[in-house]
Amino acid sequence: MEKKTPLFHIVKRDTMPLWKAWAVRLASILLALVVCAVFINSVTGLNPLSVYASMFDGAFGTGRRIWNTVNDAMILLCIALAITPAFKMRFWNIGAEGQILVGGAATAAVMRYCGDSLPTPALFALMVVVSLLCGLVWGLVPAWFKARWNTNETLFTLMMNYIAIQLVSFLSIKWEAVKGSGTIGVINQSTKAGWIDTGFLSGIFGRFNYSINTTLILIITLLIFVYLNYTKHGYEIAVVGESENTARYAGISVRRVILRTMALSGALCGLVGFLLVSGSNHTISVNTAGGDGFTAIVVSWLAKFNPFAMIAISFLLTFLTRGAGQIASDFGLNESASDILTGIILFFILGSEFFINYRVLRSSRKEKEAE
Amino acid sequence: MDLILTILSKVFTVTFFQKAVTQGVPLLFGATGEILTEKAGNLNLGIPGIMYMGAVGGLTGAFFYEQSTPEPSGAVGVLITFLCAILFSAFGAFIYALLTITLRANQNVTGLALTTFGIGVGNFIGGSLSKIAGTAGQITVYTTGQAFRTTIPGLSQIPVVGPLLFSYGFLTYLSLALALFFAYLLARTRCGLNLRAVGENPATADAAGINVIRYKYGFTILGGAVAGLGGLYFVMEYLGGTWQNNGFGDRGWLAIALVIFALWRPLRAIWGSLLFGGLYILFAYIPLGDAAQEILKMLPYLVTILVLVVSSLRRRAEEQPPASLGLSYFREDR
Repeated sequence: MEKKTPLFHIVKRDTMPLWKAWAVRLASILLALVVCAVFINSVTGLNPLSVYASMFDGAFGTGRRIWNTVNDAMILLCIALAITPAFKMRFWNIGAEGQILVGGAATAAVMRYCGDSLPTPALFALMVVVSLLCGLVWGLVPAWFKARWNTNETLFTLMMNYIAIQLVSFLSIKWEAVKGSGTIGVINQSTKAGWIDTGFLSGIFGRFNYSINTTLILIITLLIFVYLNYTKHGYEIAVVGESENTARYAGISVRRVILRTMALSGALCGLVGFLLVSGSNHTISVNTAGGDGFTAIVVSWLAKFNPFAMIAISFLLTFLTRGAGQIASDFGLNESASDILTGIILFFILGSEFFINYRVLRSSRKEKEAE
Repeated sequence: MDLILTILSKVFTVTFFQKAVTQGVPLLFGATGEILTEKAGNLNLGIPGIMYMGAVGGLTGAFFYEQSTPEPSGAVGVLITFLCAILFSAFGAFIYALLTITLRANQNVTGLALTTFGIGVGNFIGGSLSKIAGTAGQITVYTTGQAFRTTIPGLSQIPVVGPLLFSYGFLTYLSLALALFFAYLLARTRCGLNLRAVGENPATADAAGINVIRYKYGFTILGGAVAGLGGLYFVMEYLGGTWQNNGFGDRGWLAIALVIFALWRPLRAIWGSLLFGGLYILFAYIPLGDAAQEILKMLPYLVTILVLVVSSLRRRAEEQPPASLGLSYFREDR
């Protein structure tokens, strides 16, 4: 009797050599760029190569643009770093957006109310502390419920985002610059109190730079790398992420690890809020985080929780966003083109993981006969 | 006390009910679609994006149809719009299904990427449709939009009951019908039983001879198509056939929250969507000033959190998410 056998058959791979895995990922990115090119061409009829050139110009064309790209990438990187410990523990913190906003709002409040009265070092210290604390609280609330009653954290953190957004839009009206505008405007425009200096070491980095933000975040990158890979805490996070039962058996208090890790994750997100408000935006609005909280999840995941791989991926995604913004203005397109391009590239990279983890085999004739 | 009375007198009116329904319908479509998807074990966080895709798909279809004929007919417009919306949103869900079911990518990450993509597609096409077609200004598809807004002729004239129950376009009733139909399908048919088995334990379902992959694909795509109709409702009936960048807002996420609120039951989603719709607009009826209204807009999210916490406290077996939700299935895994 004829029996149906599938044409293909999928088996799990042992580990693929690292270079090969990265070659697969790179190939998927290239493939994605080809698909993006087809998309650009079909919508606009433009030569995709000139569009990519224009994107490159948008991201790296001038010194100012380079710094903007670097800063955006660094902020994205920092958010990804912040959520990575929680992720590695299999705690789906998709509330980074909200944690950033409350951190930013706290920073803005300090700038507004203490900007004139406190000396600069004390002002900065206060801003950092309150932003860390607010982010920490925002992250700790869902973590507490998760640790206590196993409440679904994905949706809890998601809802916390919208509560933070409404909080910020409440503050936007409370603090509005012009009555009825609903926006705060630049805080401390004249005194620049509480602004991170963007002319730091201008001899080396150019008159306008984000070198302080960048340096800080690179230090954080290093610290997170060490924390995750070479400390007891990092080890506990890894064990809880692999299996909560194993962790319990090994005498790790799962509840404590969840709370501690989310406190760290939330606090770091709060710090990002500080960096955004004090370091580059000098104001706060509901768009301050701009969806980076979600994009960072993808960054962290694609980097397989490796902080250094995150640098590369953050740069790639920021390049796309910045570049697409440029083509949007150059060719009169809608700015959302960048979201489409980002989406396409993410789909390809996500799909490529399959070929790293699994092998597709043609079912051979011998097997068929054996069955 | 007076304040409470004024609020109550404003809330218990026909117009408030109508507006709550208007806000609730997209949520109901989205939640029904997401329930189907989640029952197959797939947590599709791409639903907000899919709803944008459905919205812009329908609008694109209507736009090209109305451009192509000098005297467009509403009925044909509705049909084309409908098909295009389903096509777009089903395509979005297909991307998700391909990545998570066949290629076994992480569901949360894929869903978030799909949301980015879908919102991008919506705003890109919606925002530049008129530019691509070479016409000026914001696009409108007036005839089709009006066709979607047509109410039931005789019944809507009845006093009180008419405006309360029969003053809506056909999509409103379709959302109810779909929720009822899928409630029946899930609870009373063999197909629904199989689907629930797939979502609870795919390996067992597989061993029992259910084609797990087919069920997962089928209901993820069907769920996407249903959710996409919520986006269509928004552009056609709510906006009357035009596009607003990011106009759909966070309703997609609210639809996902509604799934939790409804404890994965389409029937509960019906009154849940009415409640969420009411909460969504309640701020406009409480006279506490602009700033305080922003705080009141937190209500739907706070209620969702409350439901999450309460349902995790009660731990009743029939109120839990499908057991394999979020996990990809690989037959050769042990």
